[in-house]
Amino acid sequence: MIQTINQTKPKSLLYLDGVSVSFDGFKALNSLSFVIEPGELRAIIGPNGAGKTTMMDIITGKTRPDEGQVFFKGDIDLTQRDEAEIANLGIGRKFQKPTVFESHTIWDNLELALNRRRGVFPTLFYRLTADDKARIEEILSTVRLSARRDDLAANLSHGQKQWLEIGMLLAQEPELLLVDEPVAGMTDAETAETAILLKEIARTRSVVVVEHDMGFIRELGVKVTCLAEGSVLAEGSIDFVSSDPKVIENYLGR
Amino acid sequence: MITSFLLRSLDRSIVTVVAILLGLAVAIPALNLLTAPDHPLHVPTYLVSLFGKYLTYALLALALDLVWGFCGILSLGHAAFFALGGYAMGMYLMRQIGARGSYGNPMLPDFMVFLNWKELPWFWQGFDMFWFAALMVVLVPGLLAFVFGWFAFRSRVNGVYLSIITQAMTYALLLAFFRNDMGFGGNNGLTDFKDILGFNIQAPGTRAALFAASAVTLALCLVLTTAIVRSKYGKVLVAVRDAESRTRFLGYRVEHIKLFAFTVSAMMAGIAGALYVPQVGIINPGEFEPGNSIEVVIWTAVGGRGTLIGPIVGAILVNGGKSIFTAAFPEFWLFALGGLFVFVTLFLPKGVVGTVSAYLARRKAHRRAADAENARDNLVAEPMAAE
Repeated sequence: MIQTINQTKPKSLLYLDGVSVSFDGFKALNSLSFVIEPGELRAIIGPNGAGKTTMMDIITGKTRPDEGQVFFKGDIDLTQRDEAEIANLGIGRKFQKPTVFESHTIWDNLELALNRRRGVFPTLFYRLTADDKARIEEILSTVRLSARRDDLAANLSHGQKQWLEIGMLLAQEPELLLVDEPVAGMTDAETAETAILLKEIARTRSVVVVEHDMGFIRELGVKVTCLAEGSVLAEGSIDFVSSDPKVIENYLGR
Repeated sequence: MITSFLLRSLDRSIVTVVAILLGLAVAIPALNLLTAPDHPLHVPTYLVSLFGKYLTYALLALALDLVWGFCGILSLGHAAFFALGGYAMGMYLMRQIGARGSYGNPMLPDFMVFLNWKELPWFWQGFDMFWFAALMVVLVPGLLAFVFGWFAFRSRVNGVYLSIITQAMTYALLLAFFRNDMGFGGNNGLTDFKDILGFNIQAPGTRAALFAASAVTLALCLVLTTAIVRSKYGKVLVAVRDAESRTRFLGYRVEHIKLFAFTVSAMMAGIAGALYVPQVGIINPGEFEPGNSIEVVIWTAVGGRGTLIGPIVGAILVNGGKSIFTAAFPEFWLFALGGLFVFVTLFLPKGVVGTVSAYLARRKAHRRAADAENARDNLVAEPMAAE
């Protein structure tokens, strides 16, 4: 097992090995290991408290693991870097609760997310170029918000905020996208559209989706990892995972 | 590039305020110097200095608005940066006294002779030169803010905790400057100034010039802060205020973003202090009083947080009110100030300027909608009618 994982490390986009972290004695992650390939779309499921959000916190630098290795693109050690550095390396994250800049317009939200130099002075003297404009227009139409570009983000519906946040992640041009419950609170029609959108996005980059909605995951039709109590319980196709007796007992059965 | 950076974001309201300030910079000195004392429009010299003082307070409030209104950093220590700028200017003014002090020592200020000091401490060197003092006016507060902010923002000290440590900072400085051994005149501070740049500091002409300098500086700083907050950097500031972790996960170094605004703001506060001291004629440790910093927050809140013009209006309104009130009913001023803050927080959360501009925007939108409706009703197909 160890050997195979070491062989896959240089080729993988994201590589977690034996990651553990505990908060006040509670083991949130317990020797978690898995690998994401370049261009892969992966769904992660699991009961509440399985460590899904903690895993994202570790990958994006918000939490430091007590032990274990986290590597990006083979040899970049993520445990030594902070959020901003990791974001600039090309890992984007969508929060569980849609988080956009409410007092900015939709356009400004995307402009801020755009993958340009983010220091104090580059932003102070930044001017919107024709290229950047075209890119923002393109993202606006991808997330279907073109008509509302000048509205404040605060005035969007819940589902539209989720989409705007996905649009912001696209503007960031990450190689790996971590998406936490993208369809929570969405209508069925919005959910179906989001599945199409995520599949579209996954054509050019890797995406990890954490979701509870089994219908949505079936719609995505991708490899599924089921977490429970901080480690991997089962991994495979949705049919394989959902017929696993351990998964049924720990998650689906409840 | 700098000029276009400064000018590209100006809008009508900012230009109006800048024009008013520049107009005042000419009008008030003219009315003071060129009219006879019995002329109905004559502005007496004491009022010129009083108005000048208000303008330096307005600059301090503007500085606070940059960090509080736009980045959500509620600094309760901005009076400390103001006082440090004031002390730097005060040291220059002390050195200008020369041998005209009570003890007639050409090198040492009176309080040092009194304390039996034999030579000028190293940190007083250079303050006989105006350019050096002017540099220190921005560098000392800027450096303090940079170091303080570096540690605070890197350790992610936020919200009320940050406010508390800024209070602690100004209180620590208050205690330090009270000590005679510090070499800043202790309890009495620095006073009895004679000249500034070779001009008699009491002369009406000098007072008028100081007023004009305050008005022009305030106008320049207003243009600068407008350029900062309307740039992409300014949008990042607001983003940090509204959703700090989102900004961080987009790849912005939030601590650098905050640090720049905090340092620029402290430098502006220092300039305000430097303009304040020659107009009031004294600087003492009382300026570090924690309550002073809190008052700045009240001015900003009354005028309208995050509006740039608001803090200027707020500082002038509240201090004007204070001057009138403390003369008429001295014992009620603090109640009035407290009541004002409660009233504004409850009923005008956007402050005076914020409320007025929201009302104007609503009326404009209303009129536009009505116009559009009329245009439809009259079947006038001219697109101009919708304007």
